[in-house]
Amino acid sequence: MNACSFTLGTARLCALPSGALFDAAEGLLCVSDLHLAKSDRVARRQGIMLPPYETVETLDRLASDLTATGARRVICLGDSFDDPAAADSLTGAERDTILRLQAGRDWIWIAGNHDPGPVDLGGSHRAEVIIGGLTYRHETLAGSTNEVSGHYHPKFALPGAGRARPCFVFDAARVILPAYGAYTGGLSAAAPALRHRFGPKAFVILTGRCAILAPLPGV
Amino acid sequence: MPEPAPLPDPFARWFATRGWTIHPHQAEMLARATDPALLLIAPTGGGKTLAGFLPSLLELADGSHKGLHTLFVSPLKALAADIRRNLTTPVTEMGLPIRIEDRTGDTSYTTKRRQRADPPHILLTTPESLALLTSYEDAPRIFAGLQRVIVDEIHALAESKRGDQLFLALSRLQTLAPGLRRVGLSATVEDPPALARLLARHPDPCPILQADPGPEPDISMLVTEELPPWSGGGAAHAIPAVLEQVKRHRTTLIFHNTRAQAEIFFHNLWLANDDSLPIGIHHGSLSRDQREAVEAAMVAGNLRAIVCTGSLDLGIDWGDVDLVIQIGAPKNVKRLIQRIGRANHRYNAPSKALLVPANRFEVVECVAALQAARAHDLDGDPRGPGPRDVLCQHILITACAGPFDADTLFAEIRTTGAYADLTRPQFDDCLTFCATGGYALRAYDRWQRLLHRPDGLWQLRDPRAAQRIRMNIGTIQDTDTVKVRMRGSFQHLGEVEEAFAATLTPGDTFLMGGQIVRYESLREMTVEVSRRADKPPKIATFMGTKFATSTQLSAHILQMFRQDDWPDLPRHTADWLALQREVSKLPEADRILIESFPHDGREHACIYGFAGRNAQQTLGLLLTQRMEALGLEPLGFVSTDYATLIWGLQPLTDPAPLFEAENLREGFETWLKGNAVMKRTFRASATIAGLIERNLPQARKSGRQATFSSDILYDTLAKYDPDHLMLQVTREEALRGLVDFGRIEEMIARTRGRVDLVRLTRVTPLAAPLFLEAGKVPVAGEGRERLVAETAARLLQEAGLAP
Repeated sequence: MNACSFTLGTARLCALPSGALFDAAEGLLCVSDLHLAKSDRVARRQGIMLPPYETVETLDRLASDLTATGARRVICLGDSFDDPAAADSLTGAERDTILRLQAGRDWIWIAGNHDPGPVDLGGSHRAEVIIGGLTYRHETLAGSTNEVSGHYHPKFALPGAGRARPCFVFDAARVILPAYGAYTGGLSAAAPALRHRFGPKAFVILTGRCAILAPLPGV
Repeated sequence: MPEPAPLPDPFARWFATRGWTIHPHQAEMLARATDPALLLIAPTGGGKTLAGFLPSLLELADGSHKGLHTLFVSPLKALAADIRRNLTTPVTEMGLPIRIEDRTGDTSYTTKRRQRADPPHILLTTPESLALLTSYEDAPRIFAGLQRVIVDEIHALAESKRGDQLFLALSRLQTLAPGLRRVGLSATVEDPPALARLLARHPDPCPILQADPGPEPDISMLVTEELPPWSGGGAAHAIPAVLEQVKRHRTTLIFHNTRAQAEIFFHNLWLANDDSLPIGIHHGSLSRDQREAVEAAMVAGNLRAIVCTGSLDLGIDWGDVDLVIQIGAPKNVKRLIQRIGRANHRYNAPSKALLVPANRFEVVECVAALQAARAHDLDGDPRGPGPRDVLCQHILITACAGPFDADTLFAEIRTTGAYADLTRPQFDDCLTFCATGGYALRAYDRWQRLLHRPDGLWQLRDPRAAQRIRMNIGTIQDTDTVKVRMRGSFQHLGEVEEAFAATLTPGDTFLMGGQIVRYESLREMTVEVSRRADKPPKIATFMGTKFATSTQLSAHILQMFRQDDWPDLPRHTADWLALQREVSKLPEADRILIESFPHDGREHACIYGFAGRNAQQTLGLLLTQRMEALGLEPLGFVSTDYATLIWGLQPLTDPAPLFEAENLREGFETWLKGNAVMKRTFRASATIAGLIERNLPQARKSGRQATFSSDILYDTLAKYDPDHLMLQVTREEALRGLVDFGRIEEMIARTRGRVDLVRLTRVTPLAAPLFLEAGKVPVAGEGRERLVAETAARLLQEAGLAP
């Protein structure tokens, strides 16, 4: 399905073109920065009413990734909700969709800076978790290894080949996931704040129709 | 016509001391001063502004009027300031008790506050500043005594959404000041009654006064020794000839179609300016200080020439301009005539103008434009009904001023000419959009923008929202720009596009206000530069408007192509056309010519539709979509006013199916949903309608993930809410604006499926310039995916990093 595999520690990971990360050995699907109910927060705080369909859109994509991979475990890597109040604004149908996706699966919400506390939904709430030798947390820690994180919304454009796309960034020690939510912007993987998190030999995997591996230029 | 009354003193005396007599149209404006609406059409220099103001000055002369009497709205800030200066002179000389002030985006905060508390008799302003004034709670008090509103350069305003916004604001003013009389001042236009309908309160009549148009202008094409290049808009070849003309005249205006071209030309002009003639530059991206310095120097007669853009299109009185030079094809005969009118402000003296084609094709276009101008064959397309994104903004502005009744507002809006046919359901859609977002599948229950109160009135849910709405008033769509500042000083040089700033690395140089500056850093959304210029400049990309060559002018060009030879054209251009005819053929009005040839490892197809830049762009998007479906793997295309060049991996051998009208229309419908032009149009309309904010209360930071692309909003709406108001508006806009499908229909109608494909082994004379055009559009498709994958693989291999 046009995915792209790479190795982190001893784990063989698969970057999906949707922006999700799949660990087949653990039956684990990881997505980051869903920013569900962002439109509600924007309406509440800014008085601007964005099309309130980002939650449906994001959950739809998650549902098809779950079906395609048959994952038994799900990790939402933080910033799953745009803020704690936003989580309360989900419609009944949206909550039902989440419950349906959770049914029969081990579901972990990792805390993010937008949603530090637990939300009133099923699944367990953790600051970080270690599974299959990998540490899952929202924001990368300097010096850590075998780490999977999100937070930065990386994106990248190949020179001479069109606009920037959301992307995975990885080296031998860590991978940072792209934002999975529909209403999310991004930071260039080449920007110092992000590039400095990686060693000289680092890669990006662009999302889109196919997941495409490319080298990330040095600092 | 009523008999003009003699001018009372001190006016008669003032005219006499100047040795002036009142022009017939000025007298007629006075005689009809009580008409509810009047449109005056007069050439530049015809005393148009004075004709507009005389009735106000007479009414204010006895000093009995308290508060605001006359509002003067002009499209440019500079114009407002200039007219204030020009009007203050006679008022002071006659000792009239009249206070005149201007109010624009450049006016200081304290002055603006004072103006609201104590308005002057005459206020000069812009449509945006006026809209902002009507948004204040105290608007009824400010405008209570308003007698007259003068809309200057109404022909220019009426062509854009700025005009729609202004006319909506007038409907508001008319409610606040029921006796308000409206006056429009216009340059020569092709359809004066259409303009009059926009100006007057619907359905009031609006008489049209025509001033004597003056003598025929003296226009010709500048003949240069140096040959014009094949492409580009720089016109560097014409520098010596232009300098020679500047020397021979007192003051020359040198018009350009874009800001970037003006910058390059100015730079080159200075390099060649051995006599150090004082020459200035003026365009909308320069800082206010710079623009004002140039304006002041011009008024003082200290400049021999100004290199400028549309920012000087309008009637600023520069005094002794005796030559207008137009660099680049004028694209539109009407605008050419209006620009030419800028030379020689003395009434009844012929204007003198020179056209300078910037490249070989523009030579043809300039000659065609000259013929059309001499024949008074003006071009223009009627504008449709008033756009609803502007209406949404108007509703929000109304809400800022206080609670309102929907029925009353609807009735008020329908007195605006452009919105006279607005239906109640259309209005209700806009109101619902402003109140709740108007989404079909999911409602905002708690966080609505407008609340419908129990007493039936509508109001802002959160009064603090008014600040955000006010900050985003206006319909001008500039791309995101960043300021440019000299390092170590606070000198603000101007603005460049954010996208351009992002491509700069320290050490890169670019042109700004005629000087080469060196990029140092980007800090807090300000580009810091230094004067150390040690590299040839990159060129700053300024937005500016790209006009499409008009239908009428395109027809003139195709007409010229039918000639056996071209005695009117310079030899080099005639030879070029003859060579094209020899190796391929010349495009014809009733057929579509396609040239297909390989070049530089890619297949190319050049389609000569002569439909204008925007429609050719659409054609490029449509054709590449169909070529994608046919497996031709198109990679990209570029469009000019006359042709579209497509490149890809496979040759085009059978074009007929591409051009069947039904196929094109059908393809258009499906294509329309997902293309980049629609997304750009959506962004503009959604910003005007208040769904996207341009300006935020806190200054923008160059932060991460703060914003996400408006493309995502478009895609989401298209998927979940395809009938949403914003998508309807986007479609309407795109059809008449950037997409310009009307011009494609016109092309289909005149060619009726007659397509000539000429297969060649190499680039043709007419196609060659397209390779040098800027603005190439990549096509997202299989060819592109293949290219991305190949690029990634090559980079990996080069880095020795096989996965």
